[in-house]
Amino acid sequence: MMRELHERLKCLFPLGELTEQRRGPPNELAFVSLPGAYLRPALLHLRDLEGFTHLVLLTAVDWLEEGQFQLTYLLSNRTQARDIGLRVFLPRDGATMASIHDLWPTAATYQRELREMFGIDFPDSPGVNDDFILEGWIDMPPYRRDFDTKRFAAENFSQRPGRTTTDPEQHMKAKLYPGEN
Amino acid sequence: MKEELLKRTVKGPDGVEFEVEPLRDYYCEAAPTVMPGAYIKIVEDLFNWARAESLWILGFGTGCGAIEMRPLMTPRFDAYRYGIQWRPTPRQANLLVISGYLSVKTLKRAIRAYEQMQNPKYVVGLGSCTINGGMYWDSYNTIKRLDQYLPVDLYITGCMPRPEALLAGFDDLKNLIRAGQAEGANQYAENFDWYKANQKQVIHDWDMPDYNW
Ligand code: SF4
Repeated sequence: MMRELHERLKCLFPLGELTEQRRGPPNELAFVSLPGAYLRPALLHLRDLEGFTHLVLLTAVDWLEEGQFQLTYLLSNRTQARDIGLRVFLPRDGATMASIHDLWPTAATYQRELREMFGIDFPDSPGVNDDFILEGWIDMPPYRRDFDTKRFAAENFSQRPGRTTTDPEQHMKAKLYPGEN
Repeated sequence: MKEELLKRTVKGPDGVEFEVEPLRDYYCEAAPTVMPGAYIKIVEDLFNWARAESLWILGFGTGCGAIEMRPLMTPRFDAYRYGIQWRPTPRQANLLVISGYLSVKTLKRAIRAYEQMQNPKYVVGLGSCTINGGMYWDSYNTIKRLDQYLPVDLYITGCMPRPEALLAGFDDLKNLIRAGQAEGANQYAENFDWYKANQKQVIHDWDMPDYNW
């Protein structure tokens, strides 16, 4: 089923390979990547002609080594019980993506979150520059992988001295088999 | 600072213009003062006995530990039989239970809630997160030591502490109060500048008066 959909879509959009995570039917789940410029027509096509009426989520992955962000738009077709995820890659520096809040109003919330946590801009998305979860944040967006949360915590919060950490494996070994090693 | 908090002139429905300064108008800014004990020890002891038997918890849950407050206030563990009750507003409460990790954003609300409570008042920190950060010790968004920001009278350890632990903790708190050792509110007043400096060090968008009474 997903393969057929993929074949149909391939005639219209320059899609990448189909990654099937869950074969069906029902409950199919597959992912496919495509260039950012084709995202909007592809979403519209899926929503209006293929029955993927529900935007399940919009999230990002930070591919630090490749210098890219991946955006995943997960859509659901409720009647046929299948989900498809569209992946778009964008350069990490000055990451910007066209907003889709006019297709699904809920996207505005996701985009606001991505703006705050990853620093991906979505111009014209309502309230995209407002605080989402953080208040008065002073460092780089915290979900970027080059953000060092441990160092940030050590520098910004006073710690109670005397905290120790033990490796669970070594600790249990020493406790359960004291004679060995 | 948020726009609605700035000083501005507004026009009322009757056409009269007047000045509004939300931070000044709605709050008392005067710093807290130390409450001296009663004139004689036996009277103070009597007061403390009464205070210990009348703990009113502010129903304000932060972090996972708030889950354990529900069985505690309902028939299963029924804290009411020990004279411990939950109240909906800071003005009616005298015990603030910080029930787990505090994000910086919540810390701001917790400070405001604490400052609006009337004296005498007590703070109990629940769970490892309030003591040394717990499993959020390296989180970018939670404070690691509650006692740097609010005067903690008692910690209850655990992740998360069970209702039994809380009941035992409340018993300890009662003993502290009876012994006249739960003086957190006065410590807060005495070291007010120190607490404020610590709070402002982590709350970067400070948009409230220094003391919101
Ligand atoms: S101490 Fe444990 S249960 Fe309590 S807030 Fe922290 S992580 Fe949650």
